Amino acid sequence: MSDKLEEIIVCRCADVSLKEIRDLLDQGITDLDDIKRLTRAGMGQCQGKTCRNLILAEISKKKGIPIQNIQDSRYRPPAIALPLGLLSEEEADEE
Amino acid sequence: MKNKAQVVIIGGGVIGCAIAYELARRNVKDIVLLEQNTLCSGATGRCGAGVRQQWGTEMNLKLSIGSVKRFETLQEELGYEHDIEFEQSGYFMPAYTEKQVEQFKKNIELQRKFGLKVEWLSPLESLEIVPILNTEGLRAATFHQKDGHLNPFHVTFAYAQAAKRLGVNMYTHEEVVSIDVFSDQHFAVYTKQNKLDCNIVINAAGGWSQLVGKMAGVEIPTYSERHQILITEPYEPLFKPMVMSFYHNFYTQQEPNGAVIMGIGDPNEPKGQNMGHSLSFAAKCSRLVCQVLPPLKNTRMIRQWSGLYNMSPDKTPIIGEAPNIKGFYMACGFSGHGFMIAPMTSVLIAQMICNEELAIPEVLTKLDLGRFERGELFMEPSVV
Repeated sequence: MSDKLEEIIVCRCADVSLKEIRDLLDQGITDLDDIKRLTRAGMGQCQGKTCRNLILAEISKKKGIPIQNIQDSRYRPPAIALPLGLLSEEEADEE
Repeated sequence: MKNKAQVVIIGGGVIGCAIAYELARRNVKDIVLLEQNTLCSGATGRCGAGVRQQWGTEMNLKLSIGSVKRFETLQEELGYEHDIEFEQSGYFMPAYTEKQVEQFKKNIELQRKFGLKVEWLSPLESLEIVPILNTEGLRAATFHQKDGHLNPFHVTFAYAQAAKRLGVNMYTHEEVVSIDVFSDQHFAVYTKQNKLDCNIVINAAGGWSQLVGKMAGVEIPTYSERHQILITEPYEPLFKPMVMSFYHNFYTQQEPNGAVIMGIGDPNEPKGQNMGHSLSFAAKCSRLVCQVLPPLKNTRMIRQWSGLYNMSPDKTPIIGEAPNIKGFYMACGFSGHGFMIAPMTSVLIAQMICNEELAIPEVLTKLDLGRFERGELFMEPSVV
């Protein structure tokens, strides 16, 4: 079974397996932000669209509390990747 | 949580965690670290990750050279299971004005006196180091191979785990809300949920240092300022060193995984704890960086965020004990370069507390809080 966990990829951007996530949870690391910083899951091209909910579900299972009670990490722009050349032309002055 | 400690460290960034480790390895017992959020959730985990030794004063040279030396063996020393990803791929610093050329010449003379092998490059020679550079307007540049970058998350966790193994108690999600000062070396630190009696308080609260100071009645003239940053998708190697332009006020680097990270300083940024992000930053930063490194126009931003510089009036850290309260120490006001000098900073604070001879004795009179009252500001010419 443990071999299988290594093959289950939770974060495709940073290539993080379910085993890595569960190992961290077993070490007592149960903050999504900590898991993100240690594995880079959620910082890649998809911005956590795949892994965020999977990891939250794992934390929820581990801690035995509902997902909505777990501190989510912050959502960051952009929603899709943008070329710097295109951004350079943007005349945005407002926050 | 316990209710008594010898030392309470406020702040779980790289500075706080490194101090915890340095004290614990000197056999100080009963150390508690309090972090309002999670470890490296503040400036450390949001920083550009660069480490440079190209400074213009003896003090900053000593702090940074000592720190780099330590970074070279840190992973091994701390027995950390992951790679802290220290890469000495250099800092490239272009000069665009006569004034910058003069300043860089002075800097390089001092840097070489300290044994650094900093190179002076013509625009043509610069292309060998940064092939995608647009040399328009470039007068000269300096390059130092032994500068570099490393992973701030892993460095902080490495210090934290080593400190925990030595018995340090670290509590996250414990926000300090007030401090009672009973007498010298006798404090009570209150979090929202708990109270801790202690003999020594260390303010390593980064962007919140001035607020922690106020709680203890210590006026610290630091303020916080948002600095924004963005990162692209990973690409094949485009350039190796950190490119840091004081003229354009930006820095950029391609990380080991191929992503390009970049940030600019905004002179109009208001003071405060805002950690939001803006489209205007992404636009301006892209414009400036692509002007100097044109091929980056085709790279794509996937993420932007921000963090707080804890600015001091002379853009130089405050490291030492409060003049009016014995036992209240500060390691704050790093003004955007705390991560890179964390190893030396933590050693100095630990040496002060343990009454050891200081690795850099002049810190006591040059980086203390009292310098602002005495009017003896520290002048570092090489800061963004």
